Amino acid sequence: MQVTINVNGEDRTAEVEARHLLVRFLRDDLGLTGTHWGCDTSNCGTCVVLFDGEPVKSCTMLAAMAAGHRVRTVESLETADGLDPVQQGFIEQHGLQCGFCTPGMMLTARALLDRDPDPTDQEIREAISGQLCRCTGYLNIVRAVRWAADHPAEATVAADASAGSTP
Amino acid sequence: MTAVQETGSAPAEERPIGYGRLKRKEDPRFVRGKGHYVDDVQLPGMLHGAVLRSPLAHARIVSIDTSAAESHPKVRAVITGAALEGLGLAWMPTLSMDTQAVLATDKVRFQGQEVAFVVADDHYAARDAVELIDVEYEPLPPVIDARHALDADAPVIRDDQEGRTDNRIFDWEAGDRTATDEVFARAEVVVVQDMLYPRVHPAPLETCGCVADMDPVDGKLTLWSTTQAPHAHRTLYAMVAGLPEHKIRVISPDIGGGFGNKVPIYPGYVCAVVGSILTKKPVKWMEDRSENLMSTGFARDYHMHGEIAATREGRILAVRVKVLADHGAFNGTAQPSKYPAGFFHVFTGSYDIEAAHCAVTGVYTDKAPGGVAYACSFRVTEAVYLIERLVDCLADELHADPAELRMKNLIRPDQFPYPSKTGWEYDSGDYPATLRKALDLAGYEALRREQAERRARGELMGIGLSFFTETVGAGPRRHMDILGLGMADGCELRVHPTGKAVVRLSVQSQGQGHETTFAQIVAEELGIPPEDIEVVHGDTDQTPFGLGTYGSRSTPVSGAAAAVVARKVRDKARIVAGAMMEVSPDDLEWEKGRWFVRGDPTAARTIQEIALAAHGALELPEGVEGHLEATTVYNPPNLTFPYGAYLCVVDVDPGTGVVKVRRFVAVDDCGTRINPMIIEGQVHGGLADGVGMALSEIISFDEDGNCLSGSFMDYLVPTALEVPAWELGHTVTPSPHHPIGAKGVGESATVGSPPAIVNAVMDAIGVRHADMPLTPGRVWLAMHGGVEAPQ
Repeated sequence: MQVTINVNGEDRTAEVEARHLLVRFLRDDLGLTGTHWGCDTSNCGTCVVLFDGEPVKSCTMLAAMAAGHRVRTVESLETADGLDPVQQGFIEQHGLQCGFCTPGMMLTARALLDRDPDPTDQEIREAISGQLCRCTGYLNIVRAVRWAADHPAEATVAADASAGSTP
Repeated sequence: MTAVQETGSAPAEERPIGYGRLKRKEDPRFVRGKGHYVDDVQLPGMLHGAVLRSPLAHARIVSIDTSAAESHPKVRAVITGAALEGLGLAWMPTLSMDTQAVLATDKVRFQGQEVAFVVADDHYAARDAVELIDVEYEPLPPVIDARHALDADAPVIRDDQEGRTDNRIFDWEAGDRTATDEVFARAEVVVVQDMLYPRVHPAPLETCGCVADMDPVDGKLTLWSTTQAPHAHRTLYAMVAGLPEHKIRVISPDIGGGFGNKVPIYPGYVCAVVGSILTKKPVKWMEDRSENLMSTGFARDYHMHGEIAATREGRILAVRVKVLADHGAFNGTAQPSKYPAGFFHVFTGSYDIEAAHCAVTGVYTDKAPGGVAYACSFRVTEAVYLIERLVDCLADELHADPAELRMKNLIRPDQFPYPSKTGWEYDSGDYPATLRKALDLAGYEALRREQAERRARGELMGIGLSFFTETVGAGPRRHMDILGLGMADGCELRVHPTGKAVVRLSVQSQGQGHETTFAQIVAEELGIPPEDIEVVHGDTDQTPFGLGTYGSRSTPVSGAAAAVVARKVRDKARIVAGAMMEVSPDDLEWEKGRWFVRGDPTAARTIQEIALAAHGALELPEGVEGHLEATTVYNPPNLTFPYGAYLCVVDVDPGTGVVKVRRFVAVDDCGTRINPMIIEGQVHGGLADGVGMALSEIISFDEDGNCLSGSFMDYLVPTALEVPAWELGHTVTPSPHHPIGAKGVGESATVGSPPAIVNAVMDAIGVRHADMPLTPGRVWLAMHGGVEAPQ
């Protein structure tokens, strides 16, 4: 079947099997490999994308179910103005190690901050509690999101300028 | 740069050229979704593989019918054990010099074992075709409980081994049995405790997989693989498959977490290689989560019988332990050959005692193979759990304060280098200072007062301690090899004419941040800014030989190599600088980034100026070659012994048995600290591992050998809600034998935290011992009459 999904602001059309998962559509058909895949059971959250602005697990959604909807992946977080504060926060606060959970974590954080620009640490923890990280022990992810909340978009600097320097 | 809150550290040096809180060089690609993992590799014409696995734990294979799968329109190849037998590849050696079936030929020996491999045009078709393979099994009684593996009537699992009549893999011991027995015989107090360290799984978020691409023309195999040890894997592929080693390139790109799970060679890798040879196309194989949890390297599964002898005043005299080690169906553990129980014999821990002895028996069961994984430092995890639980049991027996009891028995600073009773030489430490720091950070006395108040109100609050000594950086070649490969690591450093540099490592990162840390090590030695140093790793065609990243060995071994190679370059730069300034190199002194004339600091050449001159027309002294580069192979003289003091505070719900980790204080000493930010991140991750193992994670089986933990619905990894905001501190006691004094830290927290949590829960509920995982149901049972070891 043919599906058209608005991905990162652009309508993308592909011929897919009815059982084709959204995560496979993004990764295999569109080459957007920033969306990862880790469990198939909606537990790990490495496949989280924004679906009409809300975090969803793209491993348990069919591509066909996303037809006509807006999907945002990690590749859209950076704009001409620079990195999203969430991306910068992850760099500043060492919020990632292996990087595998990072895209999903950042998208959930983006959705959280869009909804509530000043969440408490506990609210941040609750927001990311449907996702797993095996490396960071979560504290620095919480700090990264907190950093993004404290530094809304206009204050963000380009990551390349600051990577390799001290936080 | 904008200030940040809550980092808990002193203001950092701005953009350090060397050690310091440098932000990671790898992060810009990861936050953009531009990491490049194995599953991101797309090659023209690439096919996809899938594995058919055994539904039974123990069964004879009567027949395999692949005809329906072969007639699937998208299937390119179906590979069975019989086909591999023809190639001599049905079995492969394990890292413990056992053999493991690549695809089963005679029997299946655990649920999830590999039986056949399908190669198809796409991922879905490969999975569909796997379902079309018809295997007839004749079920056999399985051996699931290791405690019955040596029963006289136990079925023999490994009847592929000629003459085998039982399930015993090895008997191994360390320490002095006679001396230990004598101390026990005269001891005033002896405490005995059985404890199980359950089977757990590293469960990295990226599962294992590979892309195998055999070039049919020049015969070169390129293998993108989720491996923590690309060089060791290449050599093993050469040995196993008979492929010439120079025609094998193993690339370990970005890896989504390893924790030991990605050390072994798995059957899927071998099948993908065979699939590529047969189809003349690249073949990708990525296991799914169930395959990862059910068939790849697990960790622990140690049944331990521990005994501790002491005086009535609480002086620990001796420790004695018997272990039954469940290694699964094939002995696939990865550890130095000489040590079938890894470094378990560091179980005397951080205490100065008179005698110690351990006896370990390894057995086969009808469960997945493995045994050393999950950031365990070659079984130091089990050893630390044993001793730290035993010390708390002793404290309970003596009605002693666990902190005071530990303080009384710790090895003193003046005893280092400390020869342990089981043959180790601990390199350095000031244990009492570290314990004191943890107690102060936590506010120990105040916590005990709070606990007394809460107890009076019927609330269950617990305080648990652990003091661990790690044993990492394997290892000295005279003692340590894996399948005959010595555990030394190479390093190459080249300074380009413009003063930028490239350093090539034998180890490989799975998230530890090598691209940053190793640039900092070279920067510290040469004064070249870290952003000017490219770190190359994870590609056997581009890096020198070495055994890879596991057992916290990157910094102790490869980090030392990086420092040594940088010093070689510095020495060469001295000669070049002397030639540039027409002075004797002996008259030059080094300060970070430049050689200057002793007594005249203005007469100097920077490392960048020297690099250009080394590549230029400058006349060099006789016998000195141009350019500025060096290589080295680092053979560690000893292991390193990082250590730490951990304190955990829990609240237990008396009605439900739910454990809440309220606080966790961790004071680590890993010697010289290269990048404190990265060290803290490593510790945070290990502490979360500890919460998972102590409270929720277990790979369990029913009596038929069905794995009950085959997905993240059942294998419960902690989320952000189960872990507290970690509170860290540190002390610094450099390793005297390491070039930069660094000891390694990657596994410290995973090793040290579980006993602190269990000790806290036991303290809360007033029970001497209950086995992990301390799930609400198990805690409740422990509070109400006792709980059995989990299966």
